[in-house]
Amino acid sequence: MCSLALFPPPLPSGQTTLCESNNELLSGTTTEDQLKQSLKLHSRTESSSKAAFLDHSETLWMRSCLYILSCALVVPKWLSMSSGCILALLQKVSSFHGSLFPHLTLSSEDMIAEFSQVLNWSDCVVRAFAWHPHTDKFAVALLDDSIKIYNPKSATTPTLKHRLQRSVAAVQWKPLCASALAVACQNCLLVWHVDPCSLSTRPSSGCAQVLSHPGHSPVTSIAWSPSGSLLVSASPMDTAMMVWDVASESCVPLQRVGGGGVSFLSWSPDGSHVLASTPSALFRVWETRMWTCERWPCVKGRCQSGCWSPDGSRLLFTVQGEMVIYALTFTDTPGVGLCGGPQAAAVVADLSETTFNTPDGDIIVGGEIQSLAWDSTGERLAVLLKGDPHAADRPAIIAVFKTRTSPIFELLPCGFVQGERGAEPRLMQFHPSFQHGALLTVCWSSGRITHVPFYFLSAGVPHCGLSGSPSLPRPQTVPADFANQSLFTELMS
Amino acid sequence: AVLLLGPITAALVILGRFSLFHPIQTISVIPTIACSKIALLGQLLHPRQLVNSAVHCVMGIVVAWCCAITIGGRYETLGYTCPQSDGSSQMCLNEYHLILLLAGAFVGLSYSLLGVIHNMNYISFHTVQQYKYLRFKGALPLVVKCSATQALYSIRNFIVVYFFLGYIPKAWFCKTLNLYLNSSVHPLDSIAGLLDLSLVYHLWISASFLLFTWHITLVLFRIFVTELYSFPVQSSFTEDAHQCLAKVLNEKQPMILKFLALQDLALLSQHSPSRRCQVFSLSQPGGHPHNWNAISKECLSMLTDLTQRLVAYHDTVATNGRAKSLSTGSERKTSSETSVTSGTEDLMSPRPTLLMKTPASVFARSVVGTPRTPLTAPFTPDLDSPFASPALRRLTAPVEQCSPWFGTVQSPHVKNFLAKRVLIMYLFNKLPEASSQALFADSQAHIWALEGLSYLVQASFSEDQFGVVQTALPSILSCMLVLQEAVDRHFKLPHASSKPVRSTGSMGDSTHKTLRFALRATLKTAIYRITTTFGDHLNAIQMSAEHRKRLQQFLEYKE
Repeated sequence: MCSLALFPPPLPSGQTTLCESNNELLSGTTTEDQLKQSLKLHSRTESSSKAAFLDHSETLWMRSCLYILSCALVVPKWLSMSSGCILALLQKVSSFHGSLFPHLTLSSEDMIAEFSQVLNWSDCVVRAFAWHPHTDKFAVALLDDSIKIYNPKSATTPTLKHRLQRSVAAVQWKPLCASALAVACQNCLLVWHVDPCSLSTRPSSGCAQVLSHPGHSPVTSIAWSPSGSLLVSASPMDTAMMVWDVASESCVPLQRVGGGGVSFLSWSPDGSHVLASTPSALFRVWETRMWTCERWPCVKGRCQSGCWSPDGSRLLFTVQGEMVIYALTFTDTPGVGLCGGPQAAAVVADLSETTFNTPDGDIIVGGEIQSLAWDSTGERLAVLLKGDPHAADRPAIIAVFKTRTSPIFELLPCGFVQGERGAEPRLMQFHPSFQHGALLTVCWSSGRITHVPFYFLSAGVPHCGLSGSPSLPRPQTVPADFANQSLFTELMS
Repeated sequence: AVLLLGPITAALVILGRFSLFHPIQTISVIPTIACSKIALLGQLLHPRQLVNSAVHCVMGIVVAWCCAITIGGRYETLGYTCPQSDGSSQMCLNEYHLILLLAGAFVGLSYSLLGVIHNMNYISFHTVQQYKYLRFKGALPLVVKCSATQALYSIRNFIVVYFFLGYIPKAWFCKTLNLYLNSSVHPLDSIAGLLDLSLVYHLWISASFLLFTWHITLVLFRIFVTELYSFPVQSSFTEDAHQCLAKVLNEKQPMILKFLALQDLALLSQHSPSRRCQVFSLSQPGGHPHNWNAISKECLSMLTDLTQRLVAYHDTVATNGRAKSLSTGSERKTSSETSVTSGTEDLMSPRPTLLMKTPASVFARSVVGTPRTPLTAPFTPDLDSPFASPALRRLTAPVEQCSPWFGTVQSPHVKNFLAKRVLIMYLFNKLPEASSQALFADSQAHIWALEGLSYLVQASFSEDQFGVVQTALPSILSCMLVLQEAVDRHFKLPHASSKPVRSTGSMGDSTHKTLRFALRATLKTAIYRITTTFGDHLNAIQMSAEHRKRLQQFLEYKE
């Protein structure tokens, strides 16, 4: 069952995807003069002075201690013997620990790059991106560790800079709040309070709350609860996942030993479950009422990415080293504290490599998946495929599926989203409250951010909570021409 | 068997203590916040606290005695026969045993006093619900760490005290028990005697054990008391009616029951559709939404109460500020007076270590805090302390009235007189942000009320079949908006928005220091929850123009 074979072929080079309308993806050519502002300007300069200095990890105190120790003329023999033995033992233990969890030997930048949802995070101009859950504004974290906030209704674009804001791995706006933005940094979490009415372009670092916990760094993933009351953060170095009460700056560590850390978090839109994947072949699904968890061991690799359906009943996830998308269904069982769930995950899509004949030659599409994104109506699913950076005919590409969650789960092909020539998609996110369908925002390797709208009329019932007021009754459209091309329905399995 | 003796005795003693002093009397869900140093002193010297300290001392001695017997060897008995130079033998005092017992008493006393300073009797509720075993497992490393470090500091202080004052108990014991000091053995209240590492280690181990037992009791008690209890929303039998959520919510005492009921309300409104349905239901004969009415009325009255408290506080501060600006030239004098304050208090006062911050904060406090001391005194929450009597407040008033004199007088005689006054000033000065903390001391209840109401209103959009919530929506919204305005105004006051110093590695709960921030965030989220759910439908609601303007800000996400 190869899903990509049913997709319309990729566009010839030079063409870019503009939008979806009347059930098909429209394309066109863009010219360079349309480009208003490239974010490449903010990237770090190559001739950094960093290389001229030696990296010192010891603190001044430790260095002076070492100095005094080395200066001491007489070291008793038994002391040197026993300390040597202890040192050797510690090294043995740490190397054993490292062999159990290889990611612990990575440097913190490499670790963020390894577990980030962004493709090639280390050289990507846009390191993180977040739409505000209720309004048309978004935050962009750039390579130079600054964050810019763009709002079409305001002339100012505030730039957020902080001494501790380094190697930003993720940003997310607090739901049910206009101003709070959480930032996952190398050593801590920052929560900025950016007043939407303020005219200041450089909010002071006093506007940021610093949340840190010893041993909890680097932070690679964060997730706000949809009710806006709690924030969870994860670090691959820490086996505990932190649940923060941001206002009082207190945290509750939720410790589970297996897995060697937590790398990726995703809170379900209804607030009932949290997906927490670990660096080893294991992920957990937490239930948020009594904070108990289900363990889900994987066969092959770690859980790379995951996303929830709008009602929180279905989880789609991908596993490193496999080219398929799995689904898990959760049903609420009242009275039982643990989340009632299935015994095994079902494969819903197979994205193994497929060759397309285009005028420019054969293009191979498919392979491992970098990230997944599901829009808030539950009708479009975007999949960022890694491709092969060394082979020209295997580009990284975004494949978009049409999905239906009720009455039964269905997956239909929609098409590929492509950018201008040579630009590779790095990061994508759906707008959480787009009125006319779905809006996919893609950050490209060229430093550009494009919005690709998918115009359609929502077939499902209006979703309470996120979308706010119920929309007007719309004529229900059934994509008849795709009905026979269905890739996956629950009736099949 | 000897090894088990210690723990068993300790457990017995602790059980005995809890039956003697009923925990409800000493432990509360609302923290007591001392607004000034004198109020804190009053708490420390309160008769109840004195009895508490004495009991802790005795228990410390008992546990130390158990430890001494368990360790055995040179610690085992208080007296021993020592040969005299003339060949005869007599009973001598075993100082090792004595020092262990005294250390126990000292640790007990310091535990009891630190408990008051750190608000150890305050129980905070967790934002994250967890099962008891997991919560206990999570708290265990902290308990061990805290016990060890606190024991280390207590023993350090004890050694210093014993070095200087150790001869007093030694002489007393010798006299009363008719024991002799062995002159051939080195005395322990000397530098050489106290440098005995093995002795220090044993002292530390027994102190850690003692503190660990107390801390573990405290942790277990907190976990069991704050455990989620599910109250029935509606009972089918009249004899169970007093256990219903609405009934418990409307009762004033005991506070812990009210808090548990509010916690249950906040959780049911968030997680349990079937129980929400019971809240929205109508009574069978009559068709009245009694459950909803009772719950919403109580929540709203609590929020209104907080609003009034904030407005009253703000008014006193505002009128006082105007009076101050009118008096000519008082500004300069006040500042020179404070320089005297900060200079002398270092010499004069035995400072409680944990309450003092930098001199800068003392300076800032005395500039801003002093003039409003008498007016904010009604907000001092510890009305049961003997030092908060009106007589004392009157006593403080003359000090403030004559305070502008301080800067102008120069002679050394007057300075000496001033130094005494300065000590009084120091004791009566308001602690920074303490009055703000005291205002929001019980705000955990308000946070739950806000959460409960807003989640219920959000759910009512799709679940409320009879429209019972709709009728209350205008009053809920206006109540929240008025509170929002009062909270915003309060945070514009000095010290209200300054973050407290985070204390880590202590068993005391510092959650109460940040409750006002949590309340502000919850309030905003609650209003947004309602506006996001109802959207433009809110325009159909009757409300004042000012509130509508404010609500529009929320609808446009500009707050």
